[in-house]
Amino acid sequence: MSAIVFENVYRHFTRDGKSFPALEGIHLAVADKEVVALVGPSGCGKTTCLRLAAGFEVPTKGRVMVGAQPVQGPGPDRAVVFQQFALFPWKNVEDDIAFGLRNQRAPALARRERVSAVINLMGLEGYETAYPHQLSGGMQQRVAIARAYVLDPEALLMDEPFGALDAQTRIVMQEELVRIARVNPRTVLFITHAVDEAVYLADRVAVMTRRPGRIKEILDIRHVRNTERWNDRERIEDVMDLESFVHLRTHIWRSLREEKIGAAP
Amino acid sequence: MPSAINSSQTALSKLEVFILGAIGATAFLGIWLAVSISGYLPRQFLPSPLEVLARAYHLLTSPFAGATLPVHLARSLERYAYGVVLAAAVGVPLGLAMGWFRWLDDLVTPVFDGLRFIAPIAWVPFAALWFGTGIGGPIMIIFSGAFPPCLISAYRGARFVDQKYIEVAQMLGTSNLRTITEVLLPASFPSIVAGLRVGAGLGWQSLVGAELIVASAGVGYMMVQGQSNISTPTVMAGMLAIGLVGLLIDVALRQMEASVRRRRGLA
Repeated sequence: MSAIVFENVYRHFTRDGKSFPALEGIHLAVADKEVVALVGPSGCGKTTCLRLAAGFEVPTKGRVMVGAQPVQGPGPDRAVVFQQFALFPWKNVEDDIAFGLRNQRAPALARRERVSAVINLMGLEGYETAYPHQLSGGMQQRVAIARAYVLDPEALLMDEPFGALDAQTRIVMQEELVRIARVNPRTVLFITHAVDEAVYLADRVAVMTRRPGRIKEILDIRHVRNTERWNDRERIEDVMDLESFVHLRTHIWRSLREEKIGAAP
Repeated sequence: MPSAINSSQTALSKLEVFILGAIGATAFLGIWLAVSISGYLPRQFLPSPLEVLARAYHLLTSPFAGATLPVHLARSLERYAYGVVLAAAVGVPLGLAMGWFRWLDDLVTPVFDGLRFIAPIAWVPFAALWFGTGIGGPIMIIFSGAFPPCLISAYRGARFVDQKYIEVAQMLGTSNLRTITEVLLPASFPSIVAGLRVGAGLGWQSLVGAELIVASAGVGYMMVQGQSNISTPTVMAGMLAIGLVGLLIDVALRQMEASVRRRRGLA
């Protein structure tokens, strides 16, 4: 069963009385516990797709389903990890992670257990009482992911989750995410600019056209990953050196480059 | 970096700023002193700064209009505290709620905008009619001065809160009440503290007007009595006390504002 489904989704924006198409007929189904990356040229509507699934926006036409339910507004069954982390500056790590659980009126003891389990999973031990401005970007992103994970959501929606991090922290976090996904698999839809990241993290990569966005092609990475045993390699650079990885990366790059050249006036 | 091209905008060192301030203050006091001892103006209109200081010192221990200056001040501060606390207690929650619920904004704003340009002093006759010489009158007048900044700062804070925090709250399934108390309130806190500082200042400025209709004690009452007795030094000693206490209140709230901003990592 598919966890996230885009059924012929259109989204138009109006500006100065004129209507601009942002998405035109998006079809995409993310299976349960599958990780799908959405890549595409800037302004192609990737973020709009994510915001539709999150319920922050409504489609002009078509529909978005999560867990077989049509999306009606934002909710904790679809946890969002924002690019700029969006941690509450006035809450410490523990309180920020517990915030969503308190909305669900979970008993205090169960809540503390779940929060501390996620804190351990994300490697945030010892930072429970730290405030966001005292944390590095990488640590802040760990908190943002922990805050989403703790809700046990139907789907995790990540908007360029590592886009705001420096290159080294980014690699650490990518490896972390792979490790966490093995311990605790989730349905994930994430957006990225980085083709490497998409190929390394995702089961499938969906390439979008330039605006108005459509799904151009979907590449299944799983077969190559399994036959070439990517998962046996601990480090991201070991995987990235593999011919199979390079091949996929180059394919996606070319596909994206066509869109960018086509976009030039 | 300040540009050195326009010398009138070049930033000065702390010492230079202090020296200029001291020169300004000395000039002010010097001119005042010179005018008052020159004899051009009758003494009873303009006592010298020293006379005012001496009068203020005298009032610290000997009663005028039924009480010493500290007792008058204590009574004033009591009324002031009631007025300001009431203004904050009503203004901040109402402002936050108006920032969150659009219908409440539309409901309250016309009435609020219609009333807020009525200066605190303009409430005096009305307050006197309502409350006579009771404590309600001054509280109402101080409230009318302190309330608008409290409400506006909370409203602005809530209305213009960074959209991403609202989205996080919605994504986490947060109720309206919790969104207001745990997202809008802390997000607006720096703005609210700044508004409280303005409100506290305006409330204190409304004090003398408020105490025009008080028949027992208070700095404003003392000054009115001083005026009836043609005791200009008493009137000016009252002004001095109001100025100093107002400054102290402002300094205290400024400290609070700075510590809030520091804890939030803003400054």
